[in-house]
Amino acid sequence: MADAAKKLPRIEINEKFCKGCSICVDFCPTDVLEMKGPVVVVKDLDACTRCQLCDLRCPDFAIQVFD
Amino acid sequence: MTAEAAKKQKLSVPFDYSKYLRGGKLPHIWCPGCGHGIILKALLRAIDKIGLTNDEICMVSGIGCSSRTPGYVDFNTMHTLHGRALSYATGIKMANPDLNLIVTTGDGDALAIGGNHFIHTCRRNIDMTILVYSNSIYGMTGGQFSPTTPEGSKTSTSPYGAMEPNFDCCELAKASGATFVARATSYHVAELERTIKAAIEHKGTSVVEILDQCPIYFGRQNKYKSASHMMEMIEKDGTVSVKQVDKLPPEKLEGKLLRGILHQVEGEEYCDKYAKIIEKAQD
Repeated sequence: MADAAKKLPRIEINEKFCKGCSICVDFCPTDVLEMKGPVVVVKDLDACTRCQLCDLRCPDFAIQVFD
Repeated sequence: MTAEAAKKQKLSVPFDYSKYLRGGKLPHIWCPGCGHGIILKALLRAIDKIGLTNDEICMVSGIGCSSRTPGYVDFNTMHTLHGRALSYATGIKMANPDLNLIVTTGDGDALAIGGNHFIHTCRRNIDMTILVYSNSIYGMTGGQFSPTTPEGSKTSTSPYGAMEPNFDCCELAKASGATFVARATSYHVAELERTIKAAIEHKGTSVVEILDQCPIYFGRQNKYKSASHMMEMIEKDGTVSVKQVDKLPPEKLEGKLLRGILHQVEGEEYCDKYAKIIEKAQD
């Protein structure tokens, strides 16, 4: 696959809503996210498969994946 | 790009929860890792799939962490007495049978304080959806044991392990006469959404027991490392789907709860029966 042509998704994290429970980090199948202090941050956007499990399991309306 | 156009191109478009939420109420008060937020999101997605508008829904709750849910949604809502949500909901439904009643209640609210109301609502088969958020503990008041706390679990009022056997909410609802009984978990999010959708669409009393996690009170006392650890141990490894039951050997089913739609029958609905009585009386 031509990496240059690959369109990356956009992961939006609302830091005001995130309570740092790390559910999204623990259940991400491709290890895209990590905890940085009290909130979650994107570590490896390339690996994101847009499965949206982080969005579905986030209890705090804090994370969304856009294409 | 509109949501429909994006769907056709199979692009991932996040669900827009804002149309169902009251502005300025978020972030919610639930603790970090609490499963109630996951259930609320699944409920909103299910409502969107059915296509109900905000005014067609009435959400009623009692007291407890789970009962904070109506405060965040932009439906007709009512926050009532501890355990008495089902009585208020029965009154609302009988006064306005066109409303879709959704009752969000906790395990303690529904099965202990409101236990009597719960069994009699199931018996009447009045058309409403009862979502029992079962986190095995009274979270709001400091982690006392509740009717669904598993035997032997430590809580702040049972430091040597709970000595009482726990209730099976689904068996209780089924025995009391509810026509739709299901169990879901906050780990299996897609299944949870489908189950809530089926429960709202069912005409008659629908009870969905939703296993979720209280990492702060139940988790810490019982040596669970985190919210996700609880979700894996209790909800993923502790349950088996009803679709898999026949394929699994009996030793793999030991100590596990069934999840999915456990009981669904047709029955005459209470408001319909009541309308017939009114007609008879007027003749």
